[in-house]
Amino acid sequence: MRNILTITRRELAGYFATPVATVFIVIFLVLQGALTFNLGNFFERGQADLNPFFTFIPWVFLLLIPAITMRLWAEERRLGTIELLLTLPITQGQAVVGKFLAAWVFCAIALALTFPFVIAVNILGQPDNGVIASGYLGCLLIAGAFLSVGAAMSAATRNQVIAFVLAVAICFIFAVASHPIVNDFLSKNVPAMGAFTRRLAVIDRFGDFTRGIISVRDLIYFGTFIGFWLFLNTVLVDQRKAD
Amino acid sequence: MASSQQDSAANAPEQAPLIRIEGLTKRFGSFTAVDNVTFNVRRGEVLGFLGPNGAGKSTTMRMLAGFMIPTAGTASIQGHDVQSDGVAARKVLGFLPEGAPTYPEMAVESFLRFCAKVRGFSGKELADRVDHALNMTTLRGVRLQPVETLSKGFKRRVGLAQALLHDPPVLVLDEPTDGLDPNQKHEVRQLIERMAPDKAIVISTHILEEVDAVCTRAIVIARGRVVADATPRELEAQHPSGKLDDVFRSLTRDAA
Repeated sequence: MRNILTITRRELAGYFATPVATVFIVIFLVLQGALTFNLGNFFERGQADLNPFFTFIPWVFLLLIPAITMRLWAEERRLGTIELLLTLPITQGQAVVGKFLAAWVFCAIALALTFPFVIAVNILGQPDNGVIASGYLGCLLIAGAFLSVGAAMSAATRNQVIAFVLAVAICFIFAVASHPIVNDFLSKNVPAMGAFTRRLAVIDRFGDFTRGIISVRDLIYFGTFIGFWLFLNTVLVDQRKAD
Repeated sequence: MASSQQDSAANAPEQAPLIRIEGLTKRFGSFTAVDNVTFNVRRGEVLGFLGPNGAGKSTTMRMLAGFMIPTAGTASIQGHDVQSDGVAARKVLGFLPEGAPTYPEMAVESFLRFCAKVRGFSGKELADRVDHALNMTTLRGVRLQPVETLSKGFKRRVGLAQALLHDPPVLVLDEPTDGLDPNQKHEVRQLIERMAPDKAIVISTHILEEVDAVCTRAIVIARGRVVADATPRELEAQHPSGKLDDVFRSLTRDAA
């Protein structure tokens, strides 16, 4: 645990030592703000909740999170520091989890900086702050899910562009798996697959959180999802570290 | 009688090799980078690992550090197998990877503090270790500078400081003097000489004068195979000219 946190701290400091952190946070806040206020009709709806905010956030994450994760392992390989990191007395699992946690904490910081939205709805009306809190928990989990996919893709290839594209593609598949277009098509043609993809969809699970429902099932879903990709990440690092 | 038995018991761990490599082989597809390499290194030995570029020096060292998975064979450090008991093996190993990679945006001192923390030090001991490593490699003056702003020689010394931090019984240094100026080379050699009596040290190099200067033993590797394993004196005697250069050339050309 100590090793994991040491790695997490170093990684996190690394984000803020380069312009990566600033650029990411600024773009995230601008994009999220523009989408919520303009496309989401935040004011015109006349409702004191953050639904427009939560509707767009998975899609913003879909675009931005692979940009964070693409460098996670690819950069270590490019600099050769992967050889240094993995010859320290730590297990590969510790390195994988440490890096993932740093990226997750970083996303949590970006997410926390959206606090003016919460203040705004509280000034304008009387929102259910419990629902907002569970929505934020959902955001954090969806960020974790996308991060775990992106981190594994970064370990799978040396090329950062390929890591980015693969991560976006895989996250997209998990995001739209329950979308009517996909679902209707599958239900008509392969009914068994339809039910299966509905269960796998990240957005549906996220929807529960934005309605204020925190179910054990959804928590287990996200836990399993992240756990699976981190495991895959460890295997990939082990197999490809020296390539 | 009793005392002599005690002596031999006390000597026994000294006698056991700290590095044990047996039949180590690494293939990339059909290309064999390291072919059945076997050797031991005992405490007090400084082993010079020589060979032309691409002979398999770095690959062997990477397998010894547990970074590369061997196709066949085993390697152990102080009795810990580098694959099955990797964390324990890496604990007693100081490793300088090829090119001395470091995180460019980190300051020298914070980088060393990170390494020390991962190695399990904390509080005053951590500060002392980092201090000592900075002094040994004469990095004190640049300790607050980001590594990316340093020259090649300084970067190499940061890598070296990282390897020496925990005073490990086994040191594996891949080209420790590459990119250093003559003064710095001299300092690093002196440092190695000073540490030599109570450590097992492997250094790879293609600077032959270095072997004469610091190594007690030399292994020449060519095309992944060990072609010579002797003291520098013995190697020199193999060629009428008595020069290591000529011996090296004849040994590695034969294999090619």
